[in-house]
Parts: sequence; structure tokens; C-alpha cells
Amino acid sequence: MTTKVKAAIIGSGNIGTDLLYKALRSEIVEPVWMVGIDPESEGLKRAEELGLKITYDGVKGLEPHIVEDEVKIAWDATSAYVHHSNNDVVKKYGVKMVDLTPAAIGPFCVPPVNLKEMMGRDEQNVNMVTCGGQATIPMVAAVSRVQPVDYAEIIATVASKSAGPGTRKNIDEFTRTTARGVEVVGGAKRGKAIIIINPAEPPLIMRDTIHCLTVDPPEEEQILESAKRMIAEVQKYVPGYTLKNGPVFDGNRVSFFMEVEGLGDFLPKYAGNLDIMTAAGLRTAELIAEEILRAEAA
Amino acid sequence: MNLRGKSIILHDMSLRDGMHPQRHQLTTDQMVQVSTALDEAGVPMIEVTHGDGLGGASVNYGFPAATDEEYLRAVVPKMKNAKVSALLLPGIGTVDHLRMAHDCGVHTIRVATHCTEADVSEQHIGLGRKMEMDTVGFLMMAHMIEPEPLLEQAKLMESYGANCVYITDSAGYMLPDDVTARVALFREKLKPDTEVGFHGHHNLHMGIANSLAAIEAGAGRIDGSVAGMGAGAGNTPLEVFVAVLHRMGVETGVDMWKLMDVAEDIVYPLMTHKVRVDRDSLTLGYAGVYSSFLLHAKRAAEKYGLKSTDILVELGRLKTVGGQEDMIEDVALTMKKAGAAAE
Repeated sequence: MTTKVKAAIIGSGNIGTDLLYKALRSEIVEPVWMVGIDPESEGLKRAEELGLKITYDGVKGLEPHIVEDEVKIAWDATSAYVHHSNNDVVKKYGVKMVDLTPAAIGPFCVPPVNLKEMMGRDEQNVNMVTCGGQATIPMVAAVSRVQPVDYAEIIATVASKSAGPGTRKNIDEFTRTTARGVEVVGGAKRGKAIIIINPAEPPLIMRDTIHCLTVDPPEEEQILESAKRMIAEVQKYVPGYTLKNGPVFDGNRVSFFMEVEGLGDFLPKYAGNLDIMTAAGLRTAELIAEEILRAEAA
Repeated sequence: MNLRGKSIILHDMSLRDGMHPQRHQLTTDQMVQVSTALDEAGVPMIEVTHGDGLGGASVNYGFPAATDEEYLRAVVPKMKNAKVSALLLPGIGTVDHLRMAHDCGVHTIRVATHCTEADVSEQHIGLGRKMEMDTVGFLMMAHMIEPEPLLEQAKLMESYGANCVYITDSAGYMLPDDVTARVALFREKLKPDTEVGFHGHHNLHMGIANSLAAIEAGAGRIDGSVAGMGAGAGNTPLEVFVAVLHRMGVETGVDMWKLMDVAEDIVYPLMTHKVRVDRDSLTLGYAGVYSSFLLHAKRAAEKYGLKSTDILVELGRLKTVGGQEDMIEDVALTMKKAGAAAE
């Protein structure tokens, strides 16, 4: 077994805790610190039981240990409001940041679309867009790599129980950041994002609809084949990513109807929106870890 | 029922909710024509927006004939007395749209959420209030939860700065007792200076009965549409409602004779889809389904060779909420597959 790259999880809420369980299975990244702000946090308790060092003093509590504990990668699973200051702290020590908040100070990363091309650029901070972005941008890219997409629109429907207070307080951040990701990473000339929160019981599994309007009539065969390949790529880290219906070809419109079921690590399976975020965050960190190991070996 | 001497603010929806049956294709000229006629008839408040609110222009809901900004800039300066409102659904529209609407001279912003999700409206209600707009919280599909939990959501909107909270019967499902229970509780438990409003749909032809129940229980603002032009079987038909209110001695400030002319001479002739109770809109009201789904379901039924009532019932069974128009084609495709498998 090779040495693992040590990492810290900032944020001990639902996302941070789910990420913890996934990261513990990694062959290349080892979570060693969990950072929270609430001593009563369930996530911190679990992290401690699982052998991580913990602090409930925020990033301040982590800072004195970054060097001695060889923390090279950090995930930020807090909120857009505090991401800037969290990043400023770890940056001083050369720590690479995988940002799971919608702060988006670093370039967007959607693993099956642009992770490989991002590596080698030595970015200090990469941003994971939004849950809706992770679930839909791959399908926009699956079309735009076949032919130019004039406009792409995504509708993400999530269970009420899986939409946390951060998302609710700043829902505009979700629509803006996702729309921008649809353009920048998805490759659509113009992007739009809509989020719907549904309180049904039992909670509904995350649904995502992706509409692309192509410039020229859609190349149906090629889009079908491209979509199939893209779905297989996403399924490598989110096995429950499925095409329920479509693609529908209607004039210049290409539509996909997706369902995203999570692995159910810490979060329930219906919360595929959160699962795809943590899974993408881990996959990104693993590629960064490979880079770090390669650089150390050289 | 004795409502004599009460004074009510009526709010016309034909240029926003009425965008649904018009597939969002009302032109700015039509908007100006209808709104000036309503203003002339003394209707105090008029809503002008894409059917799904600011920023609703999309594949999902339909691209409108003009932008929200074009509609608002055309209508607002023409108003002599009427105040113009805009609707905003967080998750679709953003505070950027709200600022634009304010800049266009919009007086009232109505921030709409599903009845259990009021906490997504904090940003928008907060900003509306900060800009000193008449700021309204709009709890959609209010039939889906009991009065007590609905009140909790109303209190959230009030705490963010809403000076009025609406009980919105988006599915046209409620019966008068449902309205009475909700309005009376709001009136009792919200701050005395917070207004209470009711927005009805006519899918079970209860628009007028429900609105009367709302007034009796303490609502001060009531929505309706001239000629009933709104989603599903439309909103409470405003000219009919005004006639009833005047018979009952309720003050509205509206000239009924002028309003019935607006309905008959301007609005009814321009309808591309004649708004009425048909089997689909009746199904919406009976099954408690979001009224805006109507034309989308009719189109999906035609495209995939299904019965539109079956699609609507399935959408009700799946507990879909406002804004989930994308589920209509999805559901139709699934039903078609199931049908093919059974053959």
C-alpha cells in the first residue's frame, strides 16, 4: 500500500459527515481532521469515534496542526459566507482546497467533464459548483461535445429534507452558480437553472431534467452514444445516476430526465443531490492526491 | 353571511396567472390595453409578470412574447391609480429580477413558495421590505397542509418582513370551510397590522364562495381575474365577484359596469385557450394538482397518445408541487412505456 495523502474536512454537517464515510474508503486520501463549530455536532462525534482528530473551534482550531499533521488537502463543506476566510487560512500552508460551497472563488470542477484537464494546472482552489450542477452539467457536456448548444436549462428537484439551511437561506446562489456552471463547464452558450424543493413523504429521490437547445438539428445517434458514455462515467462514483426517460428529441430540443439515488452512507438514499456532491468532492481530491504523490516522487 | 360595510382590496391576475392559458404569449400591447382598461374601471392592483413569475422564461414553463422588463416598462407608466405587482418564485427568479422590477416602478412584490418551504423566501422578502415595497408572502398549494403548520410558514414570512401573507389555493381544491379555517387562524395569530389575502382557482367553481369565506374570516385582499383568465379553470372571475360583493354591500372601489365590459370586449376575445371548467381543469381541482399544469398535460397527452386526466391524476399521486412542469413529460413517457409493456 502506498502512503495516503492526509486531508481535513471543514464542516461537520450532513455533507461533511457523508464525505467522511466516503473518504475513509479511499485508497489514496486519508481524512485525519474534522473541523466543526458546534461541540454537540453529530458529525464531530462520529469523526472522533472513527479515529480522526477534531476541533469545534473552526479553522482556527485546525491551523496550528496543519504542518505537523501533514494536511495537504482540505474540503470545505461549510457555507459560501465563510469559505473565503477558511480558504485564506489553509492557503498559507500550501493546502489544496476542494470547495463544496457555492462560493466559487476557484474554477468549477465537474469530474467526468473537466477534472483531467484541470490537473496539471496546479490550482490551489477548485469549486464543485452545486449539487444540481454535478447532476446535470455532465449531460449538457454530453450534448455540447457532439454539437454546439445554444441554450441549456436544468431543473433540479430535491426532497425538502435534503435541502439544508445554507441552501435555503441563499437559494439565488444555487440558481446563479449552477447556470454559470452549465455555461462554463457544460459548454452551453447560455445557461439557466431552476430548483424545486418538494416536501412529499416518503421523500422523493433527486430528479433532474436537462433541456438542451442545439444550434443545428440534433445528431441523434451521436448524442445517444455520448450520453451513454457520460452516464457510465458518472456511475463510476455515483452508481445510482440513472436516465429515467429520454433523450427526447423534439425539433432542436434534447431532453434528459434523470434520477440520482445516493449510496446512503450517512445521508439517506433519496438525498442523491448531497451524495453526488460528496462523491464528486472525493473524486476530485483523489486526483489532486495523485498529483501530490507524483510531485513528491519526482 | 353579513359582510356589509367591509372594504376589500381586489387584485387582478389576468396579466400574470392569465399568461398560463395564453402560453405566455400576451403581447406588450395587449398588456397595456387590458391594464389601462382595468385601471379605468378602478381595479386597485394589477399583477404583470410571466405566469411563473419573474425569470420564468424557460423551456420548462414557456418562453414569453416579451421579457418581464418589457411588460413592466410598458404597463407601469400608463397607470393612473392602479398599483402594479410582480410575482417571484425563489428557485426560479432571483433578487436581481426583484431589483429590476423595483427599478421599473413595481409597487408590490409577491414572493411565492410551496406552502411548506417559506424559508427559501428570506432573501427576497427581506430585500422587498428593505426597498420599501409592499411585500407579500404567497403560500402556494395551501390545501396540502393543515392550518396550524401553514400558520408557522406564514409567521416565517412575516418575520422576514412580509406585510401581507396569502393563502393560495393553487389547485382550486379548497372548499369554503378549508378557507375559513386557514384565514381565521392567520387573522387571529399573525400581527394585527399584517394583512391576510386569498388567491383562488375556479376548478371546482368555488372561487367566489371561497373568496367570500375568506372575507368573512378576515382577509383584506382577494385575487381574481377579469373574465377569469388564469391557470386551470381560471381564477375567481373578478367582474362576477364584484357584482356579488356590491350586492352584499362590500366596498371595492371598482366600477362593475366598466369591468364587465373589459371582460366581454377585451379579455374574452383575446383568449387563445377559452378558460373554463373542462374535464382536465375539473380533475385539477378534484385531485389537488397545480393549475398551471393544465396545458402542459394536454400537450403531453396529445404527443404521447395518452389521456390528459390520467396524467394529471398521476401527477397528483406523485405529490408534485408548483414548478414541477418538467415532471409532466417525464410522467407521460413513463406511462407510455408502461402501456407499451402491457400490450
